[in-house]
Amino acid sequence: MRRNQVAVVGAAETTELGVIPNASQLQLHADAALNAIADAGLKLSDIDGFATAVETPQQVCHYLGIKPTWVDGTSVGGCSFMLHVRHAAAAIEAGLCKTVLITHAESGKSMIGKLPRSTPADSLNGQFEAPYGVYGPPSMFPIPVLRFMKTYGITHEQLASVAVVQREWAAKNPRAMMKDPITVADVLNSRMIAYPFRLLQCCLVTDGGGALILTSADRAKDFPRKPVYIMGTGESVETPMVSQMETFNSSRAFKTAGPLAFREAGIAHKDVDHLMIYDAFAHLPLFGLGDLGFMPYEETGPFIADGNTRPGGKLPLNTNGGGLSYMHSGMYGMYALQESVRQMRGIAPAQVPNARISVCHGVGGMFAASGTIVFTNER
Amino acid sequence: MAEPQRARPKPTPETQHFWDGTKAGELRLQRCDACAHVYFPPRPFCPSCASRKVSIFKASGKGFLYSYVINHRPAAPGFTPPYAIAVVELAEGPRMMSNIIDCPQTPEALELDMKLEVAFEVLDDKITLPVFRPAKG
Repeated sequence: MRRNQVAVVGAAETTELGVIPNASQLQLHADAALNAIADAGLKLSDIDGFATAVETPQQVCHYLGIKPTWVDGTSVGGCSFMLHVRHAAAAIEAGLCKTVLITHAESGKSMIGKLPRSTPADSLNGQFEAPYGVYGPPSMFPIPVLRFMKTYGITHEQLASVAVVQREWAAKNPRAMMKDPITVADVLNSRMIAYPFRLLQCCLVTDGGGALILTSADRAKDFPRKPVYIMGTGESVETPMVSQMETFNSSRAFKTAGPLAFREAGIAHKDVDHLMIYDAFAHLPLFGLGDLGFMPYEETGPFIADGNTRPGGKLPLNTNGGGLSYMHSGMYGMYALQESVRQMRGIAPAQVPNARISVCHGVGGMFAASGTIVFTNER
Repeated sequence: MAEPQRARPKPTPETQHFWDGTKAGELRLQRCDACAHVYFPPRPFCPSCASRKVSIFKASGKGFLYSYVINHRPAAPGFTPPYAIAVVELAEGPRMMSNIIDCPQTPEALELDMKLEVAFEVLDDKITLPVFRPAKG
């Protein structure tokens, strides 16, 4: 795909984030969509392309009253929205549609109108993982981490520092769920969830949503907000079974999607001013820094523990507070994208001064899927 | 009310030989007749070279502890926390999820790379689960 041909011209989260007991999941989609449409200065009738995950496009389009000529229901977990951005950019460039709305919402905490997640007993996961006591992401996502730690000499303290640093970012963000400062000792003394991970190394469980609007870069200059251009994109999938990953020393999906986006954008790692790495659990930023090629895996733990990703550090990472401290409705990718867009617009609560390039890297399932978007505010 | 049970696998036509094997006290894997790739989970073709000529064979049942978590909460139905959810690398190459029996469910006892051997846990008259224990000697 050619770089900087498509731009984000509308971006918004739901009016509220956190615990939202007065709205269904479907209504949260609509709330986010209406906020994004207002942000872009558009009408619903201007939308001719639509993408969402988990909920079907027909469900959300009908509820909103949208009549699309292009739809994408790619649903590969929390990074689905990175894939939607990639697909939408290709569709706009190909002339299949002009203005794409991407929505996410999840009643992850209040569970109102939330579709049930189930693992059929005759699926491969149902036969070869479920019988061994896996029960939700906390029991599955951390399974690779002990191997990763042994291979690269990563310590428990370094993994705890991920949560500490992200809390520092969250403290600057009025909309973050968890803002009180924490220490490495606090993390290592928090309740055990699934060894080696404790409560403060696991993501929050909240309600919320977000929406993006994309159009061609040529049209983008006529919109009220500063356009944020799609500079590079990548995507991949590996396996729905964490036990069947090629290795626990890296993620094949990360290693495919990330470098693809860097190549397409034509950037080097030193060009990155701002970075989001989807942090459902504390090990993901370490996998991301290594798999995206920022540094050797051995250096990822010390890099974060030494403060390089904290406010004022040389590589600002997860500047909204991340899934660990900002919010995590279940499919966090949309919130990572929203923060990248805010940083590129220059309006983030913890704004990185003069940031020109933002890399936003997502995961779906337990390392099952991945999507990476490189944004820029210069064309 | 009956105690909640652990999740029961339901075989498909492609996996039936595996579950027939565990019931007979064998851990069965598949090997490609064309490229010799050994793979898991079961399917009637080679995921490496796409050949449909594949054979089922009895694996050694030996392996080592590749990685694990010790799950505290929430616990799955039929499990008493804390319990380890492990990934075992088999001598033949493939990895599989399992539980580790005859071993304290602690970080001290569960050492990465420790040698393991297969054991069989009968769940009911249809399903026997392969689990692993520390290898003797």
